[in-house]
Amino acid sequence: MTTDLTRLTMHALAAAYRAGEATPSQATEAYLARIAALDTRVGGYLTVTAEAARAAARAADARLAARRPLGPLDGVPLALKDVFCTRGVTTTCGSRILEGFVPPYDATVAERLAAAGAVMLGKTNMDEFAMGSSTEHSAFKPTRNPWDLSRVPGGSSGGSAAAVAGDLAAAALGTDTGGSIRQPAAFCGTVGLKPTYGRVSRYGLIAFASSLDHPGPITKDVRDTALLLGAIAGHDPRDATSVPEPVPDYVAALDGSVAGLRLGVPREYFTEGLDPEIARAVREALEVLRGLGATTTEISLPTTDYGLAVYYIIAPAEASSNLARYDGVKYGLRVPGRDLIDMSSATRAAGFGAEVKRRIMLGTYVLSAGYYDAYYGRAQKVRTLVKRDFEQAFAAVDLIVAPTTPGVAFKHGEKEDPLAMYLNDVFTVPVDLAGIPAISVRGGFSATGLPIGLQLIAPAFEEARLLRAAHAYEQATPWLERRPELS
Amino acid sequence: MSAVATAAGYEVVIGLEVHAQLSTRTKMFCGCSTTFGAPPNTQTCPVCQGMPGTLPVINRRAIEFGTRTALAFDCTVNASCRFARKHYYYPDMPKNFQISQYEEPLAEHGGLEIDVAGGGVRRIGIQRLHLEEDVGKLVHEGTLETAPSSLVDYNRAGVPLMETVSQPELSSPEEAAAYLRAFRAVLVYLGVCDGNMEEGSLRCDANISLRRRGATELGTKVEIKNLNSFRNVQRALEFEVIRQAAALDAGERIVQETRLWDADRGYTRSMRSKEFAHDYRYFPEPDLVPLELDLAFVERARAALPELPRAGRRRFVEQYALRGAEAATLTGSRALAEYYEATVGAGAGPRPAANWILSELLRVVPGDDEQAVRDSPVSPAHLAGLIRLIDDGTISGKIAKSVFDKMAASREDAATIVGREGLTQVADSGALALVIDQVLAADPKLLADWKSGKTAAENAIVGQVMKATQGKANPALVRDLLKEKLSKT
Ligand SMILES: [Zn+2]
Repeated sequence: MTTDLTRLTMHALAAAYRAGEATPSQATEAYLARIAALDTRVGGYLTVTAEAARAAARAADARLAARRPLGPLDGVPLALKDVFCTRGVTTTCGSRILEGFVPPYDATVAERLAAAGAVMLGKTNMDEFAMGSSTEHSAFKPTRNPWDLSRVPGGSSGGSAAAVAGDLAAAALGTDTGGSIRQPAAFCGTVGLKPTYGRVSRYGLIAFASSLDHPGPITKDVRDTALLLGAIAGHDPRDATSVPEPVPDYVAALDGSVAGLRLGVPREYFTEGLDPEIARAVREALEVLRGLGATTTEISLPTTDYGLAVYYIIAPAEASSNLARYDGVKYGLRVPGRDLIDMSSATRAAGFGAEVKRRIMLGTYVLSAGYYDAYYGRAQKVRTLVKRDFEQAFAAVDLIVAPTTPGVAFKHGEKEDPLAMYLNDVFTVPVDLAGIPAISVRGGFSATGLPIGLQLIAPAFEEARLLRAAHAYEQATPWLERRPELS
Repeated sequence: MSAVATAAGYEVVIGLEVHAQLSTRTKMFCGCSTTFGAPPNTQTCPVCQGMPGTLPVINRRAIEFGTRTALAFDCTVNASCRFARKHYYYPDMPKNFQISQYEEPLAEHGGLEIDVAGGGVRRIGIQRLHLEEDVGKLVHEGTLETAPSSLVDYNRAGVPLMETVSQPELSSPEEAAAYLRAFRAVLVYLGVCDGNMEEGSLRCDANISLRRRGATELGTKVEIKNLNSFRNVQRALEFEVIRQAAALDAGERIVQETRLWDADRGYTRSMRSKEFAHDYRYFPEPDLVPLELDLAFVERARAALPELPRAGRRRFVEQYALRGAEAATLTGSRALAEYYEATVGAGAGPRPAANWILSELLRVVPGDDEQAVRDSPVSPAHLAGLIRLIDDGTISGKIAKSVFDKMAASREDAATIVGREGLTQVADSGALALVIDQVLAADPKLLADWKSGKTAAENAIVGQVMKATQGKANPALVRDLLKEKLSKT
């Protein structure tokens, strides 16, 4: 064993296990050592479950030695965003209010990964309650971008993306509510997929905005995304919004050609807010895809401009409701008070950060009597229009190609103004509102050496098509050859 | 009625809001048991504890129960309905919002017939019927505001509740109580609620306003909470009628507020303003998709409806020649109606069966308790057997009552008890003549009175013979023997 196991993709690691060139315990130890050495600088993890990981790895060793692996994920060391409940393992959602909360149950995705034999290394950092685009708003610590530690990894799944980019996990799960998988994937140069709403169970995912929360994979390459999505997708009777649609073999779907695929390029995504380097990268990517036989046409998504406005009504409204339960009565933080109301107020004042409070207030306001119709009611109507925009576009094209973010990773503290931060999600938010799948893949580098994200968007439940095109593009470009210099 | 007298110049307008716990095995949105009385927090799970990350899943059985009830109340069952979140902070509610229904309830536009004073029947409109989850229970000394600490039990949190709102069409406290009784009877008939008001399976809030007779505008509405029995509904509303009438008479204005009924002290008092100044910030529950009820589902529920109390009552009057009030009592619960028909089916005459159930069975079994009636220590077949023994003269009616009590205590049939205890009626004229002689010999005055033809004396002799035979003598035979004896003297 000469290669550093932490550099391998999941599928390469699985191949090494099968070939007897490595064992899950060796890979797990390599990751734990690297986390111990480097994560103080990256800040990807909130909790490292070393002993549980070692035990799971030993069990996987035995299965592999007996040539009876549970599947391609058996023994692969992964990380989970701290938004997913894990039985017996502290789950904070990046918030003081849940400090020390140990769920008595597993999120469905955690359960499915465990059933597939995956080894959980720990829980990754995130913006508090997934509200943020930089992972600077974690109550515990900021996460840093492995490509440039002075920069943010994006957010809110910044810990997961940084861990994968920095070879601190073979892959990770994140959640995407307004771009929280794709934007950090773009900033950290990983692959990040937001599946169709209902494709992956939300049970055990600590809710931010229920109608917008999407769990999904963050990986080193597209094949790994296909593997990981296959393991977590599928109907869950515990989530009434999960869809009983059969799960195709996403890995098998990678092999198809993209010849004849019709790609739409939304004109509204190429405005002056877009970094010219990123615009050029997207155009070059289209060139590559045309070279593979795809055709491209310009399309229009006229409601693009309204996406953020709608999002910042619906998401805070749902958040204000979902976060009402944190009152100091049942779990997490409790700040004593004179009476019940005083206790709850003091607990919430101390337990929530500024961004969370801002959104709770915003959400409470838009749901108030007298304002509901003007804000929430209207936002829902516009959301329907956003959905319709995409449906109409997909009548003429198979996939939409767009930038993931308007700019590359910014510096810590650079976007203090919340509105400037919100603008980061302008290209990702409409896709969440529509509930359709989208992937961000590495689409080149800026002159400063920072990764650029290329976004592909597909109609509902067409993840296989998305993965096939993303894979073809990844195979045709040299971008994965570069890696961040951490050590 | 004092309430009526005081309010003579006013028209009373009452609407009732009834919350019924559905008797599903499991909770509205999780798989926990709904059994009453378990140790605190033993019937809970992450979902009904409102833990982060958990999601609700609709209990189909609760939808069935709601649909069944809606159809029984003649409501329109909506093809699509939706759950909504109702927000307010209270520690008995784990999520600090309640999953309820708001703009799109399960059913609307129904009605319920009630008996009104003077023997008439009125149909009271039902605005809407919707489903929601119950909250937990706080345990503390005194009020939550002053108690040093409070414990919370989430066993009840998430139990399915059905809320039914009547139109403000009830015109007296008596009618309100009649509505609630009729309402309860339907629920119990349908088997969707045990109707137990003491355990809180059925809870009632009322809206009441007064207006001067002839006025077209409605008066200011007051909401009254905590009406946990038929009697309390009536008492609380009677109190409110008097209170509001007196206030109006004095030229005061009625304050729109929520008042709490204090059953011990017999008055309503104003609740704190925060209790009704809520902005519930309703919005559609994003964790649940809209519920589509297909026509076939609704029609299956309709076809499966049992005969409802009013229909049963009409049929009992016609088929068994019972009086209206008797039929009403006998159809007060489905189990009791079934008991009656089973007794008749086992050979008892409809009249004696009704008499025995109304006067004896209901002494030992609460007729509105479905389970108690089904578990009755005297089965319909045994009751019919008892009636048969009376009919064929084996035992006297008087003995039969004591036999009934023994049946209720031992669950044995009548013949067994009668046989073992030698309770068979004494129809042996020789033996009886001997007893008569003894009675007459012991009381010469009675003998003289009897001989002079006094009817009262004959009755006294029959009574003494019955006493001497411990009720086993056949009274008709005693009288015959006396007549015979008199003619011989
Ligand atoms: Zn439960």
